[in-house]
Amino acid sequence: MATNTLSPSANLALKAPVVQRNQFLRRLAKEPTTICGLILLVIFILLALLAPLISPFDPLFQNISVSLTKPSIPYYLGTDKLGRDILSRMLYGAQISIRSGVIVVLLAGSFGTLVGLIAGYLGGWVDEIWMRITDIFFAFPGLILAMAIAGALGPSLTHALIAVAIVSWPVYARLIRGQVLSLRERDFVQAARSIGVRDWRIIWQHLLPNTLAPLLVQASFDMAGTILSVAGLSFIGFGAQPPTPEWGVMISEGRNYITTQWWLTAVPAIGILLLVAALNLVGDGLRDLLDPKLRR
Amino acid sequence: MLRFILRRIVGLFFVMIGVSVITFFLAQVVPVDPALVALGQNAREAQITAYRHEMGLDRPAVVQYISYVSHLVQGDLGKSIRTRRAVALDLRDFFPATLELSFAALVVSICLGIPLGMLAALRRNSLTDALARLVALVGGSMPIFYVGLLLLGLFYRQLRWLPGPGRLDATIHPPTAITGLYVLDSLLTGNWPVLQNSFAHLILPSLTLGIFSTAVLLRMTRSAVLEVLQQDYVRTAHAKGLRAELVIWRHVLKNAMTPVLTTIGITFGSLLSGAVLTETIFNWPGLGRYATTSVTSLDFPAVMGVTLVAAVLYPLVNMLVDISYHLIDPRVRTN
Repeated sequence: MATNTLSPSANLALKAPVVQRNQFLRRLAKEPTTICGLILLVIFILLALLAPLISPFDPLFQNISVSLTKPSIPYYLGTDKLGRDILSRMLYGAQISIRSGVIVVLLAGSFGTLVGLIAGYLGGWVDEIWMRITDIFFAFPGLILAMAIAGALGPSLTHALIAVAIVSWPVYARLIRGQVLSLRERDFVQAARSIGVRDWRIIWQHLLPNTLAPLLVQASFDMAGTILSVAGLSFIGFGAQPPTPEWGVMISEGRNYITTQWWLTAVPAIGILLLVAALNLVGDGLRDLLDPKLRR
Repeated sequence: MLRFILRRIVGLFFVMIGVSVITFFLAQVVPVDPALVALGQNAREAQITAYRHEMGLDRPAVVQYISYVSHLVQGDLGKSIRTRRAVALDLRDFFPATLELSFAALVVSICLGIPLGMLAALRRNSLTDALARLVALVGGSMPIFYVGLLLLGLFYRQLRWLPGPGRLDATIHPPTAITGLYVLDSLLTGNWPVLQNSFAHLILPSLTLGIFSTAVLLRMTRSAVLEVLQQDYVRTAHAKGLRAELVIWRHVLKNAMTPVLTTIGITFGSLLSGAVLTETIFNWPGLGRYATTSVTSLDFPAVMGVTLVAAVLYPLVNMLVDISYHLIDPRVRTN
């Protein structure tokens, strides 16, 4: 931030991040639920990354002779009606879900952040127009709009992701704009402006880094929401299509066996629950750490 | 106060214009020819041209939009390709089902979420608190479509305790329509068998739809009560020797309820327009189900209609909540 000045307070500011980081980690260690969430999340990411190496079977390989096998050896989580190994499908499904979350957060987050930075910094009619646009997007019920977009473009996972991103960018725009509005009046921004630093440089070097913390919190909640939405869209046929090993598709395919062969649906449902809960816990923990006022 | 309401109404008006532009644009980007959807794949070239001309599809997009909006303001949402009826009529038929379901889900989440949230806050860091927070976490992270399937499989197919999908058993006729809400209508007309049946049909879908909002309300109530507990006036009330129960009822809960009320309003808005998955699973003839079938059959006049109505409902409910918030809480008014 204020690295170009040589005042004593700037020297303090230079040291501050290290102190803050230590405090941050110490406080994090005191929050068992956040730690649980983080560990769970890391496990999911590792499983997803290692899926090609650790999957016992090809997730698409059908073997009717073993269809609807109970969880047992070698099918640790059982098989579905086409005899596909559910564990392998779960591992590849984790890959799809996490990637979906990341893609949507990157798309919606970067566009929303850009809008928020520009609207908040420039203010005036630019701000007014963009905020009215976000109002319009907020009015739409997320799933219905996403479904309509996915329906218009044709059902596929890519289109579902585009649809969810279109629905979620306004949240980022509002959040970042709010941050920028208060940062804009702060001394370090005023100082930069008074010595003639260009607008885009102020936005890039001074405003953006200071909005990263709330952005991170929002991103983790948004990823949780996205994973639920994408699974829901796939479940009703507007997202990933069979035979893709996507968790929502797996639940849809196993719906007729819910009371007899419970593992077909329970396993992907628990997968979604754990991954989404992990992201929510991490989001909660980060928010509490970054905003001490909200700590309870 | 009047200025506040007027400003909100003007804001809503602009939102509606924007919403109409987006829904119209959506129908434009469909890579499928609406004439082919309406007439079938085997339609002849002349038929298609005639249909496109009749529906005005051969005119420039701007002209089409203006004609779309001028119909809209007269309450004309176009004609559904699938049902061959006016979309507005279809929506009028489907809306009460969604209203009934959302209302029931809201009742579920108020009855579960608020008491649990209060208990959690009053016994902070106890086992009760931990359990309540677990309920909130699981409720907010659960894929509700799985819960719906599970409840249906368990209580309908396996145990046969409750009826299956739909609003009524196939053998039972709907009650005389007054509000369109079966439970209410059968109650008003004193039709007990229908009341019993429609109520039983409502239990599983409203539980399913209510899970997420229960989690939201629980969290909101818990943090609102915790916030009020730290206020000076609560400490003063305790200090002047007021009985603990009295402090909690008169000072804590009353003050904690205003943010909770806002959340209830917002939740209701999102329930009304967010019942897509629940309605699909329970074959519930509401807006969400109508939207799903319309998108599947590429019936874009219907998709536009239902998206538009849903997009008006949500800010409308929010506006009403904001206005009532203004009326209830004097602190908001002075700000």
